[in-house]
Amino acid sequence: MRSRIWPILRKEFLEIRRDPRSLAFVLAMPVLMLLLYGYGISSDVKRVPLAVYDRDGEARARELTRRLTSTGYFVVATRVGSLAELRRAIDRGQARVGLTIPEDFSRNLAAGRPAPVQFVVDGSDSNTASIAIGNIAAIGRSIELDPRDLRPEVSLRPARDNPAPLELRTWVWYNPELKSSNFLVPGLTAVILMMLAAILTSLTVAREWERGTMEGLIASPLRPYELMVGKILPYVLIGLVDVVLILLVGVFWFRVPLRGSLLLLMLSSTIFLLGGLGIGLFISAATRSVQVAFQFSILVTMLPALLLSGFFYPIENMPPLLRAITALVPARYFLVVIRGIFLKGVGLAVLWKELALLSLFAGLMLVASSAKFKKRLE
Amino acid sequence: MKPRSRVMTLVKKEFIQIRRDRRLLPILLIMPVLQLIILGYAVSSDIKHLATAVCDLDRSPSSRAFVDRFATSGYFDIRYRTVAEGQIKDLMDAGRVRVGIVIPPRFAARLARQETATVQLLLDGSDSNTANVAQGYVTQIVNAEAARIALERLGPKGVLPSTVDPTVRVWFNPDLKSVNFMVPGVIALILTIVTMTMTATAIVKEKERGTIEQLIVSPLHPYQLMLGKAIPFVIIGYADILIVVLAGLFWFRVPMAGSFALLLILSGLFIMTTLGLGLLISTVSQTQQQAMMLGFFANPPFMLLSGFIFPIASMPEPVQYLSYLIPLRYFLVIIRGIFLKGVGLEVLWPQALVLLLFGAGVLTLSALRFRKHLG
Repeated sequence: MRSRIWPILRKEFLEIRRDPRSLAFVLAMPVLMLLLYGYGISSDVKRVPLAVYDRDGEARARELTRRLTSTGYFVVATRVGSLAELRRAIDRGQARVGLTIPEDFSRNLAAGRPAPVQFVVDGSDSNTASIAIGNIAAIGRSIELDPRDLRPEVSLRPARDNPAPLELRTWVWYNPELKSSNFLVPGLTAVILMMLAAILTSLTVAREWERGTMEGLIASPLRPYELMVGKILPYVLIGLVDVVLILLVGVFWFRVPLRGSLLLLMLSSTIFLLGGLGIGLFISAATRSVQVAFQFSILVTMLPALLLSGFFYPIENMPPLLRAITALVPARYFLVVIRGIFLKGVGLAVLWKELALLSLFAGLMLVASSAKFKKRLE
Repeated sequence: MKPRSRVMTLVKKEFIQIRRDRRLLPILLIMPVLQLIILGYAVSSDIKHLATAVCDLDRSPSSRAFVDRFATSGYFDIRYRTVAEGQIKDLMDAGRVRVGIVIPPRFAARLARQETATVQLLLDGSDSNTANVAQGYVTQIVNAEAARIALERLGPKGVLPSTVDPTVRVWFNPDLKSVNFMVPGVIALILTIVTMTMTATAIVKEKERGTIEQLIVSPLHPYQLMLGKAIPFVIIGYADILIVVLAGLFWFRVPMAGSFALLLILSGLFIMTTLGLGLLISTVSQTQQQAMMLGFFANPPFMLLSGFIFPIASMPEPVQYLSYLIPLRYFLVIIRGIFLKGVGLEVLWPQALVLLLFGAGVLTLSALRFRKHLG
């Protein structure tokens, strides 16, 4: 039996070797993606371009703008002289937030009255907009002006005469500097592995169908599971090489701390990879063309792994139906595992449930694709 | 045969092949709707219902009132009330809570004596994004509470410092619905997948099967061959636009502020680019697998670096420069501008011009390569 798997393994390796371009691609791409997205994706909304329409023109108004920009959340992209210009700047996307400071701003402050200012936010990017609104509210509150202090050069000063009644002490565990790469790199590993696994196998079988070589394999004395093992093993190996590459880049380039067990990490990556390969195999057994297999794998692996796994968007915030769907996304469990091992340094005692689910999923996928093959054979 | 009818014959052949694959056309047409649903509902920046553990070591009416401020804010779901601080760490290890709030003993006593009471906030930093937002919420709540207490302490003769009073108005998308933001993006994404990857694989498929030689020896010009291969996917791409726009208008109630005709025309400019890229991919790959992989890996950069989800202005500078090379960046400005802002060419002409140049450049380059490749 072992000898029957061996030839198909060899055949698969030969095909991979015959196509060095694909192999190079599969090995280089994950690292490139990790580098690109490790830097490219930023969780915080900073440097939002601001258009300022300052009708006051006094020092206090300038101080307000300075306050807004000194937080790093806003940069002054343009100063405009009329409301129409403000509108145009936002229409063009030159600015996402417009600030209008009314003529009586300084006078109001000097008189000790609340000084209204108006912000206009471009809501077409709802994400940036809602974060910007939060920042505006926070900054607005923090700029408290002391009415007794009328000297213009020090006019904006937080009023703090009494001891603050409450003090907040924040401790951030696992990632004290809140480095986003510590958050992104483990997550990206899951996304990349899922995509890779699916694309690797979704095409191998579909290709055999397209070329008409599948019939040859079917006519051979191979059992379905032997065919599957032979098809999957080479890609498990390639996938593991990718895992190692990704881990090296994560640990040595992005300096993500690896606090847990490397062995457990490799083991769980292998289980996850098997599940991904299983999905790919199932897709490609179910569809006879490369193009359909490709569409399916984007739909079933890339989008869920990116969006429904909790990689970036917390699952708690999704509507109930979508939250229920995320229970079926294996990347969701792997993310808990990989973040747990990397950042929290936890082990099997905490992660056994997720690992059990991942193993169950991998097993189910492999059995299902095996069954799919069998049905095709009859 | 006239050149035009030659192209039409090829288009017909292509459609027959697409239809023969029973699953391809349905998935190409259903996919946009599924993407819209996932993206529209999953991608949301408002972080609410954070799983929270509270450890109230004071257990006084004022500490309970303080905890209630968190519970009623809507941002925090208080799932656990623990007795010991150490339990929070265990809960966080297991991923059951992301936020821990510890109120020290003598909280109420300190407040009563006009001293500063310390509140401890524990955050799970492994999701730095959520941790940041949670920290912001907690700070807001604590500050508001501190201001309230400070005012109480000042008594009736207390003067509140005057403040800058910001009012915020939101244009274009007043409810800040993320679906409104996503619908235009999904159109762009779908066009990329359908016109770029599908065209590339359709051509490479002929190579793999060896039928490309037949097409080469036929009286078809290379450019006719290219057109014939591309037109079906352009048609499907436009059908997808229609589906997404209809689903957006009638299911998700996304307003369409601008001109639909302009949207269709400018989509054509974007399709020029994606088709060009598709042809380019077809000339550098020998197998469908290679073409797929190129397409597959070209997709995430389109999604992640174009401003589709993450704002470009917040990216590090080198990555921002890189995003200039991604045609989707310009198309997104156009399509969101038309959809949500209702602006026209008078505002969008720079982006349209860049797309036109992009499209013309890539298309010419790939046409030249394609010809040489066939010859």
